[in-house]
Amino acid sequence: MAKQVFTRPKALKDNIFHYCPGCGHSIIHRLLAEVIDELGIRDKTVGVPPAGCAVLAYNYIDVDMGEAPHGRAIAVATGIKRTRPDLIVFTYQGDGDIAAIGTAETIHAANRGERLSAIFVNNGVYGMTGGQMAPTTLLGQTTTTSPGGRLPLRDGFPLDLSQMLAVADGSVYIERTAVTSPKNIIKTKRAIKKAFQVQMDDLGFALVEILSQCPINWKLSPVDACKWVEEEVVKSYPLGVIKDTTQAQNRMDRMKRGKRAKT
Amino acid sequence: MTKQLMRGSHAIAEAATRAGCRFYAGYPITPQNELPEYMSVRFAQLEDATFVQAESELAAINMVMGASMAGVRAMTSSSSPGISLKQEGISYMAGMELPAVIVNIMRGGPGLGNIAPSQQDYLQATKGGGHGGYRTIVLAPCSGQELVTLTIKAFDLADAYRSPVILLGDGLMGQMMEPVIFPDPIDPAALPKKDWTLDGARGRDSRLIASLHLDPTEMEQFNWKLARKYAAICERETEHESYLLDDAVVAVVAFGTAARIAKGAVNRVRKAGLKAGLFRPITLWPFPGKELRDLTRTIKSLLVFEMNFGQMVEDVKLSVGEQARVHFHGRPGGIIPTPHDIGAAITKLIHRYGL
Ligand SMILES: Cc1ncc(C[n+]2csc(CCOP(=O)(O)OP(=O)(O)O)c2C)c(N)n1
Ligand code: SF4
Ligand SMILES: [Mg+2]
Repeated sequence: MAKQVFTRPKALKDNIFHYCPGCGHSIIHRLLAEVIDELGIRDKTVGVPPAGCAVLAYNYIDVDMGEAPHGRAIAVATGIKRTRPDLIVFTYQGDGDIAAIGTAETIHAANRGERLSAIFVNNGVYGMTGGQMAPTTLLGQTTTTSPGGRLPLRDGFPLDLSQMLAVADGSVYIERTAVTSPKNIIKTKRAIKKAFQVQMDDLGFALVEILSQCPINWKLSPVDACKWVEEEVVKSYPLGVIKDTTQAQNRMDRMKRGKRAKT
Repeated sequence: MTKQLMRGSHAIAEAATRAGCRFYAGYPITPQNELPEYMSVRFAQLEDATFVQAESELAAINMVMGASMAGVRAMTSSSSPGISLKQEGISYMAGMELPAVIVNIMRGGPGLGNIAPSQQDYLQATKGGGHGGYRTIVLAPCSGQELVTLTIKAFDLADAYRSPVILLGDGLMGQMMEPVIFPDPIDPAALPKKDWTLDGARGRDSRLIASLHLDPTEMEQFNWKLARKYAAICERETEHESYLLDDAVVAVVAFGTAARIAKGAVNRVRKAGLKAGLFRPITLWPFPGKELRDLTRTIKSLLVFEMNFGQMVEDVKLSVGEQARVHFHGRPGGIIPTPHDIGAAITKLIHRYGL
């Protein structure tokens, strides 16, 4: 009898992705679903997708979902998590969402050590609205609103939000990964799992920044898009653990909430 | 049930707590700071309540949105400029049919304006405020005791209609110390169970709370659903107070603090033998238009009095049509008019038309 080696995760609905061919969102969705399955938390997880290409994440990930206004996912998630600390709450945010319009919410949620797992999908553009420049767009990168390439004095510099969040005492785990190769995909899955685990262990704010391909707006083939991440994007956004204080016991004591809501 | 002397903002906060509110998020702005301050202390005494001082009004309203998704009674409060920032969130909550109570302790405007009491956000509150053509129920208290009863009512209406509800007060309402009586607290666990909240898909299909309807047909259907809900609210929920209207020849139409001042003015001119009364809308949306129109069978002169330069007067005119003369007296910008001021306006009107 044949041994089954590959199957659809239970937390992934049987729907066809609407994402463009080669888009990183599809891979990340699957990883999320696998992690939710492996942690056995499908029935106590709530996802918060804001506007962005992945606003329809609820068509794929089979958990309770509450849509947020563009940029406000972490604030909405804060309201859910503070009300129901027994739930596992994650956000799924693009770079425009988390690093432009929602920067304030993100920094303060990290600083308060909100028990949330943020999935930050950095594709360097505003995918949903047609490929405009994002705060994360690389210098020299052409987008529909940075003709001739991003110029620092006109457009500012690429913003490394994850580094900024690492400065906040309430964040305990921040890692940057990519989904360009099997090796990177496995690392991404491990990082997502850890971000959920940090929340389940009640340690503080966790975020995984995932460098994600947007072949359609980058005007590259899916394969070239992966190559571009590995050769160019990582120069501005190096992969690896940016912060991990999950083992620092003293800090964790400071991070205890004065009062936990009853569940 | 003992009487206690209490500041308006504290009365709202205590009433909310007793109504079973267990989530509050807000951002400091005068003249409503006493409300979050009270909340922070009061909620610290409760095991199951959450107070968050948010980084902005935007964050606060979105936290309230999340708390509401999770099923708890939730509230935020602010004053005019902060309420403007909350409009996006209020629109989303209308679109997601999420209950919440939003307190606006109005101040002078536009812009940064001042911190004096005003009624300059009437149109913003009653006509939707944010984008997308939704409505919110708007309650306008005019005394300490009414702050209590209407705060509790606001939570009940929000849950009953799955809609954001605005409690519209002003700096004077918020600061004034008055005797109030509180009902016994409600146990939030005893409230009717909500079957739409996000609490983990245990033993059921996963749920979605969203305001996105990409298909225009679906979007239209949702809008018609909202329209039906709003029609039902208009049918059932209008509330007003009539004061000395039975023999009146002039009715002052005013809400909130302005109504309170107008009542003093009516009493004053009555002493001089002039037959004036007061019609006070308690729900600003739905506006008690039918009740006002009924009044014009006997009263042909209305004097709308607002602490702005003319907002509710539009609803009054729309309600009474040609059935009555509608006059307006207003003090915009944070000036608190006196009963003498409005009394003079009533007197002038009565003399002018020989009423
Ligand atoms: C208040 C507001 N402003 C603008 C938009 C339009 N909008 C929708 S998604 C988006 C940005 C999407 O970019 P990103 O967050 O990077 O996600 P991606 O689509 O690239 O995955 C914008 C600007 C909106 N929905 N709401
Ligand atoms: S536009 Fe880019 S991010 Fe959006 S679905 Fe297409 S490839 Fe993915
Ligand atoms: Mg993007």
